[in-house]
Amino acid sequence: MNWMVKMRSTSLNEMTNYSFNHRHLLGLADYSTADILHILDQTRNFREILNRPVPKVPTLRDKTIVNLFYENSTRTRISFELAQRRMGADVVNFAAGNSSAKKGESLKDTIQNIESMKIDMVVVRHESPGAAHFLTQCVDAAIINAGDGAHEHPTQALLDMYSMMERYGRLEGLKVAIIGDILHSRVVRSNIIGLRKVGANVLVCGPKTMMPPFVESLGVDVTYDLDEALSWCDVAMALRIQLERQEGGLFPSLREYHERFGIKMSHLEKYPDFVIMHPGPINRGVELQSEVADHERAIILDQVTNGLAVRMAVLYLLSGGMRV
Amino acid sequence: MASKQLLLTASDLDRTFRRFAHQFIEPYDDLSRFAIIGMQTRGVHIAKRVQHYIKESIGHDVPLGVLDVTFYRDDFRTKMKMPDVKVTEIPFDLFGMDVVLVDDVLYTGRTVRAALDAMMSFGRPRSIRFCCLVDRGHRELPISADVVGVTVPTHQSEEVRVYLNELDGEDAVYIVERND
Repeated sequence: MNWMVKMRSTSLNEMTNYSFNHRHLLGLADYSTADILHILDQTRNFREILNRPVPKVPTLRDKTIVNLFYENSTRTRISFELAQRRMGADVVNFAAGNSSAKKGESLKDTIQNIESMKIDMVVVRHESPGAAHFLTQCVDAAIINAGDGAHEHPTQALLDMYSMMERYGRLEGLKVAIIGDILHSRVVRSNIIGLRKVGANVLVCGPKTMMPPFVESLGVDVTYDLDEALSWCDVAMALRIQLERQEGGLFPSLREYHERFGIKMSHLEKYPDFVIMHPGPINRGVELQSEVADHERAIILDQVTNGLAVRMAVLYLLSGGMRV
Repeated sequence: MASKQLLLTASDLDRTFRRFAHQFIEPYDDLSRFAIIGMQTRGVHIAKRVQHYIKESIGHDVPLGVLDVTFYRDDFRTKMKMPDVKVTEIPFDLFGMDVVLVDDVLYTGRTVRAALDAMMSFGRPRSIRFCCLVDRGHRELPISADVVGVTVPTHQSEEVRVYLNELDGEDAVYIVERND
């Protein structure tokens, strides 16, 4: 409750002439600190809708939204779809697996065809970095990036930041350790960009083979020692080891990974303060010992609920005022 | 400089809020089902003042809710910018309650229409009455207030500004000529 009170008294819009002025959400790199704080501030008021006896509002009932998913996703797609339905929008789902993409239609042709059916917003996940940006040049609809290759996953970072805020009441000065496959993770990139903008400190930790060169240039510290990270941090964010990448020989075995970089019950006892986050899906016994994932200090399921509220806020803000 | 005319002074407001306190509870034999809901932003502060006066006069604590109707508005797409969403907090079950909804100014009636819709997503109150501090006319929907502070005929080009100590550092209501 405290941070709510605090944020109200310094509500950006009342104190300054701030106004949210974006058409798309491609990545947090394009958003200012004020934009990010505004989304987080608004999210709090969307979170409340989820607790109503009728958890649905008609705000987006004049909007049609397409979820264009070229990569597998359960959580993100369901979260976006529920957010859209909770706001009263019409929703169309497109999964590349059973569609014209399989017949060889290009991304540009697909989106232009879909747009011809009069849609207002597109949520896109694609394996190529920049796919969301490319779509903004093809169509007039508002584009929301739900993950493009190893580039960005902005709504994940926003829901992570909201969850930290909910827990600690602040982001400035918060110590966040991100542990795992830093190299291939869009979640890390968006989180580092966002967290640095709001004044949090970030430490990345993982095997050397999964650490991008010059990662320090993003304004983060690096360690290869899990104990060092856990003894320092307020929040330990474990990343999913993409089992499909294990073939590449980036680490010797899952067991060895768990031994060196998995968070275990012994860590929780040794360092009594940090909370555990994970963007999901969890590999139990790899990034997190199974008991750790179920521990009361793991706020993983709060992250999922908050994800719904963050996406509702983003959809609302990007749905635009004046109809053109 | 736009003209600015004083409609209600601080003592007018105080007397009005004391009158509201009596008018709010008057129809009910059983206050255990009675609640007040204030509409963001100034309706909330008016509701709090009336709640205080009810407590003062009969010693009864009336539950108070806060309602933001942004999600239910029909006019936000006509503006350039999406309006900010404010806090909604109704910390009691609306089912079977007798509710008074409080806002500062009644004008087109569209905000009240949105509020009625919003309240239905919280449950089914037994009855809803509406109270406004200033009724300035120019209704666009078939809506009227049950409890009114002051009814004042206005011109469309005028604006009614309600200032409350909590937010504006003064208690007063003005009519100003819009200078656009």
